Amino acid sequence: MAKGTRKPKLAVWKFTSCDGCQLTLLDLEEHLLAIADRVDIAYFLEASRATVRGPYDISLVEGSISTPHEEELIRKVRKQSRFLVAIGACATAGGIQALRNFAHVRDFIQLVYAHPEYIRTLAQVRPIADVVPVDFELRGCPISREQLLELLSAYLHGRRPRIPRHSVCMECKRRGTVCIMVARGVPCLGPVTQAGCNALCPSYARGCFGCFGPMDSANPLSLGRRLEDLGLSREDIVRVYRTFNAYASAFREGSETYEQVRGHTRH
Amino acid sequence: MPSSTANPKASPPQIIIKKTTLDDLIQALQREGYQVIGPVLEQEAIVYRPVTQLKDLALGWIDVQEAGSYRLERDEAQRFFAFTVGPQSWKAYLFPPREEIWKARRENGRILMEEPETPPRLAFLGVRACELAAIHVQDRIFLQGPYVQPRYARRREAVFIIAVQCTRAGNTCFCVSMGTGPHVREGYDLALTELEDTFLVHIGSEKGAALMAEIPHREATQEEVAEATRRVDAAAASMGRTMDTTELPELMRQSLESPHWEEVGKRCLACANCTLVCPTCFCFTLEDVTDLTGQEAVRVRLWDSCFNQEFTYTAGRPIRVSIASRYRQWLTHKLGWWVEQFGVLGCVGCGRCITWCPVGIDLTAEVQTLRHMYGRASSPATVSR
Ligand code: SF4
Ligand code: SF4
Ligand code: SF4
Repeated sequence: MAKGTRKPKLAVWKFTSCDGCQLTLLDLEEHLLAIADRVDIAYFLEASRATVRGPYDISLVEGSISTPHEEELIRKVRKQSRFLVAIGACATAGGIQALRNFAHVRDFIQLVYAHPEYIRTLAQVRPIADVVPVDFELRGCPISREQLLELLSAYLHGRRPRIPRHSVCMECKRRGTVCIMVARGVPCLGPVTQAGCNALCPSYARGCFGCFGPMDSANPLSLGRRLEDLGLSREDIVRVYRTFNAYASAFREGSETYEQVRGHTRH
Repeated sequence: MPSSTANPKASPPQIIIKKTTLDDLIQALQREGYQVIGPVLEQEAIVYRPVTQLKDLALGWIDVQEAGSYRLERDEAQRFFAFTVGPQSWKAYLFPPREEIWKARRENGRILMEEPETPPRLAFLGVRACELAAIHVQDRIFLQGPYVQPRYARRREAVFIIAVQCTRAGNTCFCVSMGTGPHVREGYDLALTELEDTFLVHIGSEKGAALMAEIPHREATQEEVAEATRRVDAAAASMGRTMDTTELPELMRQSLESPHWEEVGKRCLACANCTLVCPTCFCFTLEDVTDLTGQEAVRVRLWDSCFNQEFTYTAGRPIRVSIASRYRQWLTHKLGWWVEQFGVLGCVGCGRCITWCPVGIDLTAEVQTLRHMYGRASSPATVSR
């Protein structure tokens, strides 16, 4: 919490990621002046080369930990940060790059790089909380503007952020979106996915892709059976659970179970 | 020939209007200052939305419902109310999903409280018997006892109810078992029954009589009254589901330690759809929202659900961690403890939770299973899962 008259210092850090989540901060357009008024944006390379040294009151950390160098760096960031928030699917679940956790990274390196010997990378991509203690997480690929604003407002006023851990279905029902899985047979990950997008895809009659990762008591196997009824193959189900949040535990359980079952039926 | 009756008190209790006259009714309500809410076709379903004319209503649709599935089909007979209940219930209007309770603003060092806007006066067109029963259940929750919800009370007092008697039942309906329908009995201003080219209208209140006085109508013949009863009886005879309600609270008590909850917990997604579509479920949460500058704060009431783990947060931790324990909480509360708490069962047999459960969990089947395990089944054991 901010003390006295000094403005809290905010830093934004990037690890293995696409920058989309930190751009959400710039995307807060109409609120940016109010934020800059109350927060000292001390380190944010995406926005300015001018940086202020730590320690920082609040650090927003984007990206996953994929290299030994990043592992060192995140420890330094942790030491310099009072309140550390992991933002986005990469930082909270490993992101799309964590797909390599399901295979051998050596195989990819051989395939992709002309000189594999130059590549220094970790065998497993890890979310931030696997490496250092994290004070709060904002989910999403990318994170939601509203949730980021809520996090900053809550921080400034010393209250708990209102970030629900329940299903996307809750958002469909509150906004009056008719369930597309029930009314149209469209496969949807909403019943296992954490809210945060205000049920964006279902409101355009598209099934939820699971951008915000597993909700707090996700049941991926029961939903998997329903997806099979709707015509998805076991391979399809492995794939729907293996996107931006593939390595988050409930989605991992879903895809690994379906992969094993697939293996069994083939042999 | 339609004839107008000058004195509403002299109106016969059962009268006939032409189908197109429903538009006059909508217009009359609007002149009285009501916003009319009725069934419309939207997002491939029948939902309740503001309507201003007869043309807005979903004409000529039938819904085909099953556990976890809802589809619309054309109704060759071009009826107005051949469908049953849809994904939404009237609770969305009496107990909205998101509602501001109060607002506060800082001004010159003082805190000013602002009352939210007065809710509009609503007229509900097409309230089914089970839905009427559900409104009466929510009345007990929000209006009785020491803690009255003032905003619910204001909306509820102002509402004008045009009920519709179902002449067709859905595959997930079981209002007959719950004793709530399909015949509409009380608590409405007007009640319609759809006949071939006309509606039979029952007048249920002074307000209803006064409104009908402005509308062209004629007295119903005995045959028309009998035909209406026959049609509603036919709906009663074609319920898609049944539930044996014998000593339900006792059955719930006996089932508390049942291994069956774990079995349901494997299927249940804890997605909360069932509770949000249910017309009687009333869980809510209150959130305090502040803006960045700290100049404004709003207290908001939001629909919540006993299926959400955070909702069970008590004394520093969630007390119902497993999905099984949350399903048990929901079912035993609705079919058991509600009777103690509110004097009625929490289920009116509308079937919404069955249709709109993404994995088709069916409370009538779960109750049947528990009955086979613990109770004396009053019906022979025809169901095995
Ligand atoms: S559309 Fe998807 S997210 Fe929305 S209620 Fe249905 S299953 Fe849940
Ligand atoms: S429990 Fe299910 S069937 Fe009963 S009133 Fe609620 S939604 Fe309708
Ligand atoms: S019973 Fe069905 S609708 Fe209700 S929480 Fe479980 S899966 Fe969701």
